[in-house]
Formats: sequence, C-alpha cells, structure tokens
Amino acid sequence: MKNSSRRGFMGKAFGAITGVGAVASLYAMKRSWDPLPSVKAAGFTTLDMSTYKENELVTEKWRGKPIFILKQTTEMVKKAKSNPRDIERLVKVGDDYFMVCLGLCTHLGCIPGYHPEKKNFLCACHGGMYDFTGDVTKAPPPRGLDIPPFKIDGNKLVLGEEGSEYKKMLENGTTLRA
Amino acid sequence: MAHFTKATSLHDWLNQRLGIDTVRRVMATEYWIPKNINFLWAMGMILAITFGLLLVSGIFLLMYYQPNVATAFDSVNYTIMQEVGYGWLWRHIHGVAASVVFLIIYIHMFTGIYYGSYKKGREMIWISGMLLFVAFSAEAFSGYMLPWGQMSYWAGMVITNLFSGGSLHANGLVEWIRGDYVPAQAFLSRFFMLHVLLIPLAILGLIGLHFGALRIPHVNNQDGEEIDFEAEAAKYKAGDKANSKVIAFANDFMSKDMMVVGIYLIFFFYLVFYHYDFAMDPVNFDPANGLKTPAHIYPEWYFLWSYEILRPFSTDVGLIAFAFAQVIFFALPFLDRSPNTVPASRRGLFKFWFWAMLIDMIILTAMGKVPPQGLFSTIGFYAALTFIGLWILLPFITKFEKKV
Amino acid sequence: MKELSILVVVTIFTLLTYFLVEPFAHSQMHKHVESEAFVYKDLPALTKKGDVAHGKELVMGAGACINCHGIKVEGIQSPMDPMIAVQAFGVNTPDLSNVGAVFDPNFLAMHIKNPTHALMIEHRFDESKGQMHPMPPFYGSGGDLDQEVADMIAYLQSIAPKAEELTPKMAFETACGRCHTINYPYTKDGKAHPAWTQIGEKPTFKKKQDALAFETKVLDYQDKLKKYMGALPPDLSMYIRSRGEHYIKTFIENPQNYLKGTAMPRVGVNAECAEKIIEHLKDVGDSKRHMREEIGKNIMIYIIIFAIFAILWKKEVWRELH
Repeated sequence: MKNSSRRGFMGKAFGAITGVGAVASLYAMKRSWDPLPSVKAAGFTTLDMSTYKENELVTEKWRGKPIFILKQTTEMVKKAKSNPRDIERLVKVGDDYFMVCLGLCTHLGCIPGYHPEKKNFLCACHGGMYDFTGDVTKAPPPRGLDIPPFKIDGNKLVLGEEGSEYKKMLENGTTLRA
Repeated sequence: MAHFTKATSLHDWLNQRLGIDTVRRVMATEYWIPKNINFLWAMGMILAITFGLLLVSGIFLLMYYQPNVATAFDSVNYTIMQEVGYGWLWRHIHGVAASVVFLIIYIHMFTGIYYGSYKKGREMIWISGMLLFVAFSAEAFSGYMLPWGQMSYWAGMVITNLFSGGSLHANGLVEWIRGDYVPAQAFLSRFFMLHVLLIPLAILGLIGLHFGALRIPHVNNQDGEEIDFEAEAAKYKAGDKANSKVIAFANDFMSKDMMVVGIYLIFFFYLVFYHYDFAMDPVNFDPANGLKTPAHIYPEWYFLWSYEILRPFSTDVGLIAFAFAQVIFFALPFLDRSPNTVPASRRGLFKFWFWAMLIDMIILTAMGKVPPQGLFSTIGFYAALTFIGLWILLPFITKFEKKV
Repeated sequence: MKELSILVVVTIFTLLTYFLVEPFAHSQMHKHVESEAFVYKDLPALTKKGDVAHGKELVMGAGACINCHGIKVEGIQSPMDPMIAVQAFGVNTPDLSNVGAVFDPNFLAMHIKNPTHALMIEHRFDESKGQMHPMPPFYGSGGDLDQEVADMIAYLQSIAPKAEELTPKMAFETACGRCHTINYPYTKDGKAHPAWTQIGEKPTFKKKQDALAFETKVLDYQDKLKKYMGALPPDLSMYIRSRGEHYIKTFIENPQNYLKGTAMPRVGVNAECAEKIIEHLKDVGDSKRHMREEIGKNIMIYIIIFAIFAILWKKEVWRELH
C-alpha cells in the first residue's frame, strides 16, 4: 500500500515529459497576450510642425497617450538658452524650437495643466510643477516630463521613431525612454 | 476546534488543515476500480482532457472575440486567425475539440449501453451522463453561433424555429428566445452569455454529479461481474495485487488512462493541424447574410441523426419524432426490463438490438447530411421509423430475456 | 488481443461515419469539376508571330485602346478615373501594363476580337437586343486581323513584367481587383499591406471626414458595379477557407461550370497566374499556414514522445498487477 502512489522511474520520466509540454504551451499563451501587430503598427504619429502657434499648448495623441506640443516664443528660447538643461529639452525643427513631451506627470501619471501667462505647468493631483520646457520645478515629480521618441523629417515630426536628436537626449540623460 | 500541533513539515502543516492524505486516499490511492476493463474505460479521462482543452483554448479566444453582429465575424477570422499570436491555434483546437468531444461522448455512451452500465444502481450515472450530453449539445450549438458566419446564422434561424411547435405557431416563443424577429444582436449576445458562462457552469456541476454518481455503485467491468470491493481491496492492500480484482485509481487506473490519452492526442493533434475542415465548415467562413440561405445547410455531424428524424415527416409529426429522439435515451435504464448486467454479446436479442441501433444511427447521421431527395429521403424515412420502432421493441425483447 | 479487436470495431465505425458525412455527403452535394489546367481549349491558338513595334502602333493608334485604357508603364494615364469609368461602363477599365503577363494569349486574342465570347458572357450581351459590351470588338485596321491581334499581344507581353516580377498581389489586382474587395489587411515578408477596394488600396486617414469620403466613393463605385453585374461581387478575404483552392481554380477557369448564367466572366488567366492568385488569397485568408505546418510538425513529434512515455509508464505500473 505504501508504494501504491509512489512513482517509479518511468512515472517520473512521464511527469517530466508532461511538464515540458505544459511549459511550451505557456509560451503560446504568453504570445497570445502580446499587443497585436496592428496595435504596434499604429504606434507612429506624424505631426506637421508648421501648424503650431507660439506659446499655445496643443495636445496631440500618440499610442493613446497625450503629447504636449508647445512652440516657444523668442523670449522663451532666449531664457532656455541661458540654462543648458532647458535648451537640451527643446526640439528644433527648422528655425523653431518646440517642447515635445508626454503630457503625463512623472509622479503618478495625471495630466498637468498649462498656464500661458505664468508659462508653467501645474499638476492638480499632487501639486507638481514644470517650466515651459517641461523640466520639473517643484516636487513630488522625480524628473521633467518624458520626451517621446521622435525623428525630425523636414518640418515634420514622426513620433515613435528614434531619430539622432532623440538618441542624443537619451545619452545625455535629458529623458528616459518613454 | 480541532487540536493542532507544531507542524514537522509543509506536508504535515497542510495535512493538519486540509487533510490532504485523506483526500488523496479517498480520491486516488484507495478509490477502487475493477481490473477487468479495456481501453473503452478511458473515455471518461479523454473527455475530461478534451473538456480541459476546450476550456483553455476558449479562454484565449474569449480575450479577442467580440460578441457584436458587426464585428464578430472579423474578430474571429481576422483578429484571432491572422493577428493574435497563436490565435489560429486556439481556434483550431477549440473547433476540432468541439467536434471530437462528441465522437468520444458517443463511444462512451455506446460502451455504457453495450456493457449494461446503466443498470442496477447505476441509473444515476446514466442519467447524469445524458444531462451532460444535453449540456454539451447546448454548448456546441451556442458556440456555433459565435463566429457569425452563414452557417451560424442559418442554424440559429432553423433551430430556434423548432420552438414554434409546428402547428402551434408559437412565434412569440421563438421571438422570445431570439430577442428579435430574426437572429440579430440580442440573439448573439445571449448565446455568447450561454456559451461562456451559464452552460459551462452547468457542465462543471454535472461533471461533479456524474463523478459522484460513480462512487457508490462503482465502475462496471467487462463482464458485468459483481465484485466485493471491500474484500478485493483488502487483498490489494495486503500486497496481493496480482490476484486482487481491483486496482487503485492512481497510479494503476490512471497510468492506463494516460496511455490511451497519449494515443488519442496523436489523433487529436493530427486533426488540429492537418485535417480540420470537417470540424470547421467552410460555409461558415462566409459572413452571415440574412437575405441568402446557403445552397446546403446541415448541422454539425453529431446532431445529424436527430435532425434526420425530424426531416422525413410533416412538420408536426417530425417535431414529435424529434422530441422523442431527444429524450428517449434518458429512459434507457427503465425501458431495459432485463436484470442482466452483462455485455450485449451474452444477452440474446438485445445483442441484435444494440448493433441495429448503432447502425441505424449511423444511417440517420449520413442521411441527415445528404440532400433530402429521392432515395436518400426514402432511406432516411425508414431509418427514422426503425429508430422509433427499436425503442418501442426494447421493453418487450428485454422482458423475455433469459437470466444469465 | 481483445482490446485490439475492440479498437478495430471502434475505428471501423468511426471511419464509416466519417466517410458518409464528409467525402460521400459532399460528393452528393457538390458537382465535381476537373481543372483543364488553364489551357482554354475552346479558344483558337495564336498562329501568327507578333511584331512588337507594329503592335505598339496599333494599341496607341488604330486599335484605339488608349481611348479607354491606361498603360502606366508607358506613362499613359487612364483617360478616365475609376469613378467616371464605372459611371460609363459599370466597371473600371483596366490598366494594360500587366495584362500580357497575367492573361493567356489565346484568351487575350479572343478578348480583343470578341470580348463577350472570351469572357463567356454572351448570355448577358445580346446585340440584337441592344445589349452592348462596354468594350467594342476590334475588327482590324485594314491588314490581316489575326496578324494585327498577334502584334498587339506581342506588344502587351513586351511591356508586361517578367513572371518572377509579377507578385501574387499584382496578379490578384489585375485579374480580380476591379470587382472584388479584400477587406483584410495583411503582412507579407515583413511588409504591411492595407485592405483592397475596387478603386485601389484603402489609405489611412487622419481625419474622419476623409475616411468617410473615401468610403462613400467606394460605395458609389459598388452601387454602379452592382447594377452592372446584377449583384455585388463578394469580398474575397476568406475565400481560401470558404471555397478552397480547387473550387476557386475551377471556378475562375470557367464560372459557368458551377453557376450557369452567372455574370461573373471567365477570368482567362494563365496557369502560373492562377497559382499566384491562390497564393495571394492564402496570404490574406490563411496567413499563418507556414507557421501551422511548422508548429504542427513539432507538436506531432512531441505528442508521439508523450504517448511512448505514457505507454512505458503504464507497463511499469501494471507489471505487478498482472
């Protein structure tokens, strides 16, 4: 009776074979949860940068997330140039500078609001603040607004592709990979 | 409250709280099965495994299926079949398993009939099994609606029309079932609900009942021999396994089951990858069109025999015959008047009844699919009469059966 | 031994049932049509050797082809955009760039001389009742008619892509794409292709107005096409699964085989192009077929090993039970 449920060698071997099959089927299950190819293919947004007005925040959509586009005034550019950290955050298309950021607070993901007179962002959820380049000026957010991968193509901006300017931003730590 | 001591191991800890040793003994190591059985006794395990395959593949289909008349067809044929990683595999497994499960159910049923496994205390096994058959039929039918192809739509139309009751013209009932004048959004949504929730719940409950019903009368054996399970179990436990007439569920019975399961799965996966058209009708790859009936419409093969009993008669007689065919198998333990629980081969006239019934049902199945014209209609008509006649004969031929 | 004979009985009854409900029942339901390998025996063979230069003259001049057809490879745009063409003829006039590679030369010759005969739609176009096919027959420009037709075909073949350059998608679009849609986008060799409509590939639009405007155009086209054909030709996305290769091939070879009196014309493609059309339908409707075969092989190997080990385990457990 004692050994009635104990498995011999073949029992163990059979159990192992069954286990291999179970693990292999887990792989198929994992693949079924992956984002669909059509979702991934739709992950690119092309923006015509000539349509934006200075100091007017426009929210575009990329991969379902809000993207803040803020064309800088000459004044803002001058101010940003005085601080290398700020000017590095801006995207230069033609002769114009733009703030192009993921419009989600780096604290916990609320959407900050823009104040055109004060030229700053305030996140109403926990009071975090950002300047007009998207850099953080008041905690709790741990860092400035993230910058989505982009590629400059003439006066167009392709979101979702990593151009050389974006790669530079990653290298010098201006943004994390969004 | 029970007395708990400091556990000596994880096993001991669990054992004190859940009694896992007892569970294992009752469910596996001391759950006694007769030794005198053949591979047909593994059909239960095969059904359980196939049901498991249906459940798992169904879960992944459910993640992308959209129960909406505008998007259902494309969500199946485009999203699942072309886009989702391994989506095509889940669908092929689901489609093929849905068909093969009925083949195994029929083998399981005819095994039970052949060996008389519905008699003398085993009536509830038979009845709960028949309830499972009905639940699986409803599950298969509701699932067939979901791809919203031409066959889905027209099967939905025709089968729900059965509920008009012929001359009763119960159109109100038909519309109530559909939630619309024709199969449309309400129909698809509610059949989706039935397919993924209500009927699977019923099936799980019925599987529990079916297993429970086996407990007291025990599993039958190849010769219908009445076994003293306690005495034989004592012999087994004393170590005389070779002379005991019983074996333990695990690992003895289980290992034989898995051997049959392994061979079955070769057959099953061959169908999934290389021969799936029989289970996934090509006509259903045309999107539903309420203004155009396909040239040939027919149910899936496992419904054909009862469909054919409906076909050759006028509407009302056909419906009565159809209703008769649906319920008559439930009555088998009571229509069989013989006390003999032995294989059909040792039961005189019943032997002929068994083979006649099997062949008649195969003829009905074949005639249910071919176009209902000429010779086929005639054969179908006589096969349907034979089916009814065999059931009427059953109590008489078994009553006069010699006691073995 | 007893188990084996039981297995034989179960297998025989299973196979018998399978045979009756599948091969047998389907043989009773559907007519079996053998393919003629796309040779079009009823059409006379070209006997003359064509002259490309003269053919070009005819196509551009006396043949008046370019009054209705575009030839993109020669830089000739269609004189009518699809929407105007469908208004005038009920269907868009095809561009002639690829026809030399797609269609059988005997079929093309008959199509130039007598379109309704080549297309097998004489039942729909009875001249005595004033039912004229949109394409007027070519009666010759004064020389030997057969020689002139051969010249035109030689020219069309000279500008057509080589067999290896003609992709399955091009073959489909030239042969089927003016009447049939493919609603499903697909990816092949890593390249994504959008859905196909009768007026071309379906673009992606940023603005909903533009998307709706395109859809309206397609629907307008389909309305005209429906009037011309009697019914809207079906979408072919899943045809490889709903009809299967054999049916599609024998159907496009001669649609009258299956549907007597159908408005669907004989397509007239050559055998190689028929294969390409099938491949395109597979790319769209059975895009995972290669993966299915590969995974299938692996799973079959696994499951056989699984069964062997199950048998060995059973033998081990039952050794002391016998």
